[in-house]
Amino acid sequence: MAKRIIKAETVQITYREAIRKAICEAMHQDERVFLMGEDVGRYGGCYAVTKGLLKEFGPERIRDTPLSESGFTGAGIGAAIGGMRPIVELMTVNFSLLAMDQILNNAATIRHMSGNQFGVPLVIRMATGAGRQLAAQHSHSLEGWYAHIPGIKVLAPATLEDARGMLWTALDDPDPVLIFENVMLYNMEGELPANAGPVNIEKAAIRREGRDISLITYGGSLWKTLEAAEALAREGIKAEVIDLRTLRPLDDTTIIASVAKTRRAVIVDEGWRSGSLASEIVTRIVEQAFWRLDGPIARVCSEEVPIPYPQHLEQAAIPQAEKVVAAAKNLLSK
Amino acid sequence: MTARDDKPKLSRAHCLDLLRHMIRVRMFEDKCAELYTTEKIRGFLHLYDGEEAIAAGVIPVLQLRDRIVATYREHGHALVRGLPMANVMAEMYGKFEGVSAGRGGSMHLFDAETNFYGGNAIVGGGLPMATGLALADKMRAEKVVTVCFFGEGAAAEGEFHESLNLAALWSLPVLFVCENNCYAMGTALDRSESETDIHAKAACYQIETEAVDGMDVVAVEAAARRAVHSIRETDKPYFLECRTYRFRAHSMFDAQLYRDKAEVEEWRSKGPIVRFQGWLAKSGIAHPEDIEKIESDVKEEIEEAVAFAEAGSWEPVEKLTRWVYAERA
Repeated sequence: MAKRIIKAETVQITYREAIRKAICEAMHQDERVFLMGEDVGRYGGCYAVTKGLLKEFGPERIRDTPLSESGFTGAGIGAAIGGMRPIVELMTVNFSLLAMDQILNNAATIRHMSGNQFGVPLVIRMATGAGRQLAAQHSHSLEGWYAHIPGIKVLAPATLEDARGMLWTALDDPDPVLIFENVMLYNMEGELPANAGPVNIEKAAIRREGRDISLITYGGSLWKTLEAAEALAREGIKAEVIDLRTLRPLDDTTIIASVAKTRRAVIVDEGWRSGSLASEIVTRIVEQAFWRLDGPIARVCSEEVPIPYPQHLEQAAIPQAEKVVAAAKNLLSK
Repeated sequence: MTARDDKPKLSRAHCLDLLRHMIRVRMFEDKCAELYTTEKIRGFLHLYDGEEAIAAGVIPVLQLRDRIVATYREHGHALVRGLPMANVMAEMYGKFEGVSAGRGGSMHLFDAETNFYGGNAIVGGGLPMATGLALADKMRAEKVVTVCFFGEGAAAEGEFHESLNLAALWSLPVLFVCENNCYAMGTALDRSESETDIHAKAACYQIETEAVDGMDVVAVEAAARRAVHSIRETDKPYFLECRTYRFRAHSMFDAQLYRDKAEVEEWRSKGPIVRFQGWLAKSGIAHPEDIEKIESDVKEEIEEAVAFAEAGSWEPVEKLTRWVYAERA
């Protein structure tokens, strides 16, 4: 008889379902948790993340809002200060700009401005990224902007495990946490341990080990970067792939340790190149590991254009595995 | 049956309390203006001069568990609410002993002990927060009223309309108090609003509204009592527009090119302190020695506050980056 390998029980799950499961669990575990946003209730969520939750938790805790991003985000801030643990859902990062006043001027400042008397334990989730042909007002990647702001934390779950686990850790955090869900990941399906739970939000993860070059990325670009690493491996180049996971605060230690080992780096970021998160990472590498580098650092970012509608132009505007491969080979003079 | 609490009782003691609140705020701010010219206080300094009847009329009606969200013109609200004058003054200096440990300054007075949530300096930005505080209370079935003060300039902001709609839609216990002082910085109300009747805007959201003479402390208190009583009974929001006037400049940088001196003088003659004090004297409720006593007590309190602020400490620069995030063990 063949020896049976005992594995932890796993479930087949999508990224969307993993987030829904995380919300459900949080609602069951903590009565202070509630979710509000546009069409989260009866409609089931713009990307169907919250489908079925209204029936389970009722309209008080799965709270449909009017199209008042600033108003309900600010209400989330007030409710958080008032002792609740709200999850605010903003349909897309583009819409979040209507709430930017509340996020920056209130959520990010109140602890400091009040001399540490009031904190804002609020979680804001939103969709980000291109790829669904939604054109120039629904497709941008502005998480790098938010990562500019002291006082908030910025997460970008790229895996099922992080989609499932980051929410609870974020809700447990005494400060505002923004979670960016790349729209192209919602349908991603895979296996997840049935007992998957909270994950840390402090450390970047090495998703593939290598010694020749570090490919540093996050969110939707992770999978393209892993594809690029696979292609590079076929040509004998061992690329290390870092998933940042948390965009603020950045895990410098993991980034620098990897680059110190591989001596080369490509940053892959769906944000626009100028003034991007990628720029920040390059700067940190130069500041902290300049003498360990064997050559220049490269970036694969979005082209400096509003995201266009036609598929071929949209795809040309954002990072792709081939671009990452080309950038890596260029650095290695191959 | 509980005694009705929605009418002011004009006992001599109560009248003197109202007057004391207003004089205390006025004298404190006169001192602040002086300290600004000697550069003890820096940054922006927005004075409440002329509008004191609103804080004095509304805030004492509240209970300690109730919550207050105010604006950058909030020294009066803070003092009437009971934030210690010495710590408020230390905050104006930027000293560590200030109510916000010096990090906020004049525009950002906060105090957890008295549920005083700022000191919010983005016009209209406090309204969503107040709505959310009330939402938290409602979801936990806490019988708490959140009072949100803002100027009439906020009525032009989207957050004003979004918040009124949310509070009405979700039936939240918020008292919106619009301090209509006729000018949003230098822009007169009729130059910025197609509908200048601010409380009519609130009525559009099915909110119980009332406009009151904001220069009459008794009228303000009576209206605040009606409003708070109504909110506690119905759990629904209430909108109070207090019509008032700012005697001094918008901030200390304002040359006041947008209004006539005569207009200011006319409003001054019906100022909340002049008027109430005059009425108290005429009706024999307050005697000259009562006023003298209030003024000398306040003067002493201010001197102590200034001395406290002067003696206060500067936070070490090494501590600069703390309180951006919670310090966790």
